[in-house]
Amino acid sequence: MAVPPASTPASGYSRLVRWVDYRLPFVSFLEHEFTAYPTPKNLNYWWNFGSLAGIILVIMIVTGVVLAMHYTPHSDYAFDSVERIMRDVNYGWLIRYIHMNGASMFFLIVYIHLFRGLYYGSYKYPRELLWILGVVILLLMIATAFMGYVLPWGQMSYWAATVITNLFSAIPVVGNKIVTLLWGGFTVGNPTLNRFFSLHYLLPFIIVAVVGLHLLALHQHGSNNPLGIDHRGPQDTIPFHPYYTIKDSFGLCVALLVFAFFVFYAPNLASSADNYIPANPMVTPNHIVPEWYLLPYYAILRSVPNKLLGVILAFGSILILFLVPWLDTSRVRSARFRPIYRLVSWLLPIDVIALGWVGANPPAGIVVTVGQIATFYYFFHFLILMPLLGKIERPRPLPISIGTAVLEATGARPAERH
Amino acid sequence: MRKSLLTLLLGVALGCGFVGAVRAQEEAKTPPHREWSFEGVFGTYDRAALQRGFQVYKEVCAVCHPVKHLYFRDLEELGYTEDQVKGIAAQVQVTDGPNDQGEMFQRPARPSDKIPGPFPNDQAARAANNGALPPDLSLITKAREGGPDYIEALLTGFKDAPAGFKMNPNMYFNEYFAGHQIAMPPPLTQADQVKYADGTQGSVPQMAHDVVSFLSWAAEPNLDERHRMGFKVILFLLIATGVFYAAKRKIWSRVH
Repeated sequence: MAVPPASTPASGYSRLVRWVDYRLPFVSFLEHEFTAYPTPKNLNYWWNFGSLAGIILVIMIVTGVVLAMHYTPHSDYAFDSVERIMRDVNYGWLIRYIHMNGASMFFLIVYIHLFRGLYYGSYKYPRELLWILGVVILLLMIATAFMGYVLPWGQMSYWAATVITNLFSAIPVVGNKIVTLLWGGFTVGNPTLNRFFSLHYLLPFIIVAVVGLHLLALHQHGSNNPLGIDHRGPQDTIPFHPYYTIKDSFGLCVALLVFAFFVFYAPNLASSADNYIPANPMVTPNHIVPEWYLLPYYAILRSVPNKLLGVILAFGSILILFLVPWLDTSRVRSARFRPIYRLVSWLLPIDVIALGWVGANPPAGIVVTVGQIATFYYFFHFLILMPLLGKIERPRPLPISIGTAVLEATGARPAERH
Repeated sequence: MRKSLLTLLLGVALGCGFVGAVRAQEEAKTPPHREWSFEGVFGTYDRAALQRGFQVYKEVCAVCHPVKHLYFRDLEELGYTEDQVKGIAAQVQVTDGPNDQGEMFQRPARPSDKIPGPFPNDQAARAANNGALPPDLSLITKAREGGPDYIEALLTGFKDAPAGFKMNPNMYFNEYFAGHQIAMPPPLTQADQVKYADGTQGSVPQMAHDVVSFLSWAAEPNLDERHRMGFKVILFLLIATGVFYAAKRKIWSRVH
């Protein structure tokens, strides 16, 4: 039970380090924000996904920078340059498959991270801005992933670019002008590919900047925790290092195992076969489908017969997350103490998976019906259930402190689980 | 709440069919699964099959289809020696230049040359094939749903059109092709169409299987290395996972 106290900044370091630290407090910054940083002692494995997402972001940037050294952003050469990476660049196949599957891993991890936030009410006071910055990161990720998918200039790249950019034409008055601006011409072509490459290289660094703000906001009040109650002193917290560094390292290994399985044994599982056919403006693929992580939005888009309304709802399905801190009227953070919300928060991912299935299939028959019901439920969840449940639900009593709850949990069965 | 429950039930019921149902080709038969030496964690290419497949490609497919992403030098991976590859390349004339006089000229190919296709450009290919463009084969097993299984089924899936089925001119009936009408005539028609250099009996299924093995290699030449490296990486990660788990238990025992 004896938790070592946090060391004073830069104590125990050499004179050189102390000399530097006095002028540029980098070491004490690390000590304060990383080593000694007080963290609730009861974080479960759902809390691994934040640092995992950060690590995948670094992997994506490193592999992406290397790929950019060999890639040619020109509509005549892009496809062949990717194949050259796959065949003739040393370990090019490995770097490209890591980057390709890394995008899927990044979204998988971030979606779990987001779900954890929803389940444990991590967006509530005083973490509203932390949550909003997270949604900004998600939006930037979607834009980055979409533009990255266009770069190999395969059939699905070309047609996804055509379909998605055309969405903006639904905007009244200026829609077509915006589309022309996005394309750099009057159709998806070389200027489109060029600007997408430029932006695909730029946006990840903006993501890094927003992640920095996300961490700044996180460290202001510290992590939420599975009980959703504030920590009330040193007995409730432990230093981040070594407790969570080791727990995150273990989680990282497990995540890398999953990642490695896809990279080495199923590298093309998540992508469309059509993208190994060079882009051809004269031939439309049978079914134009986005990557799996965008399928739910695509399903929402197609569930509405009106194009403008479909676009509004598809974007709205993400933008609505900005409002979650105010849509949820309950004062209790964790779903553990909210019996109805606990059930409802599991229905949401099921609904999103149903939307994903709808997005993957041609819109006919039962697919359309399921899509419309699931779209309705998605918005019903945020706009009706969230505000309503906070008013009518009777939450169970909260534990007095994290420390007492942890002691009970280690002594007998967890108090809140009988 | 009733509506949400309905969604849940539908979502679960339909989610079960998620993997299989996606992007089925319209009305085309599902290709049967074949045995491939390169399947699974320890799968590797069978070099003898690749060489036979290359022979089928060279003698049959190459009449119409290019393998745009392959160089002669790549053929060493099929198990040919450097000299054999030089010999294979030298049988083909390629255009080089311009020379000091500013003229293009023909010369025997070298291992560093790309394997030239049968036609100088897509228009020439269409002109020679009733307007149809024979696709590049160097990525074909990755560029079609169903991969090698589909390509092999397609090569052997030619039938007489059923009575009442309206065929367009210069088209052939194939039960695995979407829409059933394909511009490619049946490529493998009789046993020993290709006289295998290694003496293997060249039955039609044998030739189809060999050439699809070759095309799978052409699409994914680094598969052997990928499988070998993946095994080592996963073994390393399994050990690391164990070590970190033990360390985590030890460190956290101070808190519990």
